[in-house]
Amino acid sequence: MSNLITERISKIVRVVPRNRNTELTLLVFAIALNAFEIIQVQLGTTQSLNAAFWFYFTPLALASLVLHLVLRLRASEADPLILPVVVALNGLGLAEIYRLDIAAKANKQAELFADKQVIWTVVAIALAISVVLFVKSHLLLRRYVFISGVVGIGLLLSPLLPFIGKTINGASLWLSIGGLTFQPGEIAKIALTVFFAGYLVQRKDSLAMTGRTILGIQIPKGRELGPVLAFWLISLLVLVVQHDLGTSLLFFGLFLVMIYTATGKVIYPIVGLGMFLTGALLASRALNYVTARFDAWLNPFDDAHYNANGGSYQLVQGLFGFAHGGLLGTGLGGGVPQLVPLAESDFIIASLGEELGLAGLFVIFTLYVLLVARGLRIGFSHSDEFSKLLATGLSFAFALQCFIVIGGVTRVVPLTGLTTPFLAAGGSSLVANWIIVGLLLRISDTSRREVTQ
Amino acid sequence: MNKELKRVSAIVAVMFVALFLAATNIQVLSSDALNQDPRNVRAIYDGYQTKRGAILVDAQPIAKSDAVGDAFHFKRKYSSDIYSAVTGFYSYYQGATGLESSVNDYLSGKNSAQFFEQLNALFSGNPVSGASVELTIDPKVQQVAYDALAGKIGAVVALEPATGNIIAMVSTPGFDANRLAVHSGTKSAANYAALLAAKGDPLINKAIGGSLYTPGSVFKLVVAAAALEYGGFTIKSTFPNPSTYTLPGTSTKIHNFANSNCGGGQTVTMLDALRLSCNIPFAELGVQLGQDQIRKMAEAFGFGKTFKIPTIATASIFPESLDDSQTALSSFGQFDVRVSPLQIALITAAIANGGVEMNPQLVENVQSSNLALLNQTQPSQFNSPISKSTADALRTMMVAAVKNGASTNGSISGTVVAGKTGTAQNGTNEPYTLWFTGFAPANNPKVVVTVMVADGGGLGQSGTGNVVAAPIAKKVMQAVLGK
Repeated sequence: MSNLITERISKIVRVVPRNRNTELTLLVFAIALNAFEIIQVQLGTTQSLNAAFWFYFTPLALASLVLHLVLRLRASEADPLILPVVVALNGLGLAEIYRLDIAAKANKQAELFADKQVIWTVVAIALAISVVLFVKSHLLLRRYVFISGVVGIGLLLSPLLPFIGKTINGASLWLSIGGLTFQPGEIAKIALTVFFAGYLVQRKDSLAMTGRTILGIQIPKGRELGPVLAFWLISLLVLVVQHDLGTSLLFFGLFLVMIYTATGKVIYPIVGLGMFLTGALLASRALNYVTARFDAWLNPFDDAHYNANGGSYQLVQGLFGFAHGGLLGTGLGGGVPQLVPLAESDFIIASLGEELGLAGLFVIFTLYVLLVARGLRIGFSHSDEFSKLLATGLSFAFALQCFIVIGGVTRVVPLTGLTTPFLAAGGSSLVANWIIVGLLLRISDTSRREVTQ
Repeated sequence: MNKELKRVSAIVAVMFVALFLAATNIQVLSSDALNQDPRNVRAIYDGYQTKRGAILVDAQPIAKSDAVGDAFHFKRKYSSDIYSAVTGFYSYYQGATGLESSVNDYLSGKNSAQFFEQLNALFSGNPVSGASVELTIDPKVQQVAYDALAGKIGAVVALEPATGNIIAMVSTPGFDANRLAVHSGTKSAANYAALLAAKGDPLINKAIGGSLYTPGSVFKLVVAAAALEYGGFTIKSTFPNPSTYTLPGTSTKIHNFANSNCGGGQTVTMLDALRLSCNIPFAELGVQLGQDQIRKMAEAFGFGKTFKIPTIATASIFPESLDDSQTALSSFGQFDVRVSPLQIALITAAIANGGVEMNPQLVENVQSSNLALLNQTQPSQFNSPISKSTADALRTMMVAAVKNGASTNGSISGTVVAGKTGTAQNGTNEPYTLWFTGFAPANNPKVVVTVMVADGGGLGQSGTGNVVAAPIAKKVMQAVLGK
């Protein structure tokens, strides 16, 4: 009798683990925050509430709760912070895009983003759910390492394809099929991280093997530098031919961090960074668009750059937005973020900076830091190297992407065209980033099981 | 691998610290400089966050703000072109003019009289609504003045001599201020450029300056006032009446207007000289008085002063350091004498009001959005430039000018009108500036009307003040008197 009770209790304890209850509590908080944001947007712009609230609120809330339930059933040991953090970011982005749509409607602009963002959010979370459900273990991905590499590089360069490749605002990073545009670079991010992780685990010993030592630095053997060289060339190709400094920087930076993590050799990132900077400098001499970006970054307030086509106008308008927000912001719906071109995508952080102020930005940055920290933590907690590298790569990709795009808008680095993960309008970005969330959740579940077993 | 992971974590930390610092720098340390950048339109947007007060005429809005759904929240609407000289415009892109600029602190809710509302707003979170400004304008008179001047370039000022209240202020061509209140930058800029280029400078309020005009014979009122007040002359004082007059120290000969013989006598009285508007007697009188006496009189009437109605009026000019020939020319309002129609109206009002000149005023009162009276304008005296007897003498001469002199087209049957015309020359081939200034009824003045028609009223050098300007003034006076 008493045995039976203990068994039942242990069953209950196992079925309802503490992790998932923590997650539920935080998730409910994130969802409530989202409700509050949408209400504030409606009150801030129209001084009244309307039923559109439910359209923007319900899908994210329900989809994330379904993901939570799936985690309870299929990945009960998964990290409890990742989902609430990502839902908070996604919801905030959605609220701001909805707010910008209201302004766009008032200005009779045809192009709206919020409704699409809602649909893409649901699609993206559904894909994350599929990842948790159907990828029983991320270790299975090791079977597809080289396919991932081919697919990743293919996707990265696919915008150069005739007919379906599409150039928008001077950068070729879109595919257009049947009226739907898609940024393959976002999916390439996942494929290439899988490829790097698998490849580097296989080759790490030979990569780490050093030849001669020059000036106290151990130089790798010549033939091992081949892959570094190959990927450097691909990155420069993206930069030169596709006019996409951001993607180029993201992939090369990701590659360098992963090769360093795998081998422990500082020489790779140092040489790699040197090669990239040399390439970028040469490119800035040769390519007008890179020169313009650099000039706009260094002297954005010069009238010549401000008024130039492709000059610093957008950057400076973004800075005006930040300054208008000040410490506490104008409140959602209280500012004029729509003055900045691409306020809903590349410059969403300027929109949020204006309406939520420095206080709001600190919260957003902290959410990203939490997300990346949890991801890196998964890397720490795994003993198997593929898992370590994969988790590190996927989380570092978030960090680097945030740094490149937010740093670009805040003048830390030259402005490039990348999306702010989970916040910016755009289906490809949402889908890719939610798939990464699915993968991280899956990886964290297995790592915790290893620990508990 | 964990050692490397720690280092990667440190790199991530450095990247985010950089973002935290950059955001702090932009949003706190550099925010003032960014907010004040002239290319930053957000500061002006902030002015659109609260409901701007209305400008009212007889409690009806001639300018008001309506809620709209765009980033500006409110759009300024103007009821009619006839008020463009009064309201000016309020443009997001081109700034503000007229009352929109001069009473902006009331309209935008920023006047210190609204301190308690502002304090309340700080706690309630509801922005202060702007106060409404009620004007002294009589819409009926304003309409008549605008219609009478339609098709010409010019201005009308009508005011009550006893209070200084402006009951009509018109400048033509008028303009549609709504064209500058549009929320599209390109449209607003294009409309502004079109208005700047338009014939007749619609954006310039000709009633209160911006441009000043040659007064011609209406300035004789100032010279006559100086003669009566300081020079010991009377209206019966006589002056030699030659057919030509050689300017002192030169060989230049001048004539009376249209070579008139000014009554044909050997001498002419001041009364007849003003009645018939003869130049030669006034040149003689001016030289006898000297430039200082004339300037003193002009300044007593308000020359050299910028009146605030509360929109700032350009100060009228009586030139400095004149020789006798220049004094002679200035004595009948030529040479470098330049005036605003408002200034001529004020001189006329001082005469009509027994020598007491009241400050001109366009604002009757200011009411907060909850209808509390924030400010009630009280009539105030500007100066007593002339004595009652001088005023009476000038009135007598002006009545004669309308009755059987050079200003007859200002007469109204059944009412005694006092008036003076002017036909000012602007250069050899330039069109004349045509004037009429007067008041009615002469013995109990209800209204002073000054009309200025620029560009010769379209008639080049063939129009006169009596032919073109006087009938306009007559219509305005009739509108006030109901006759």
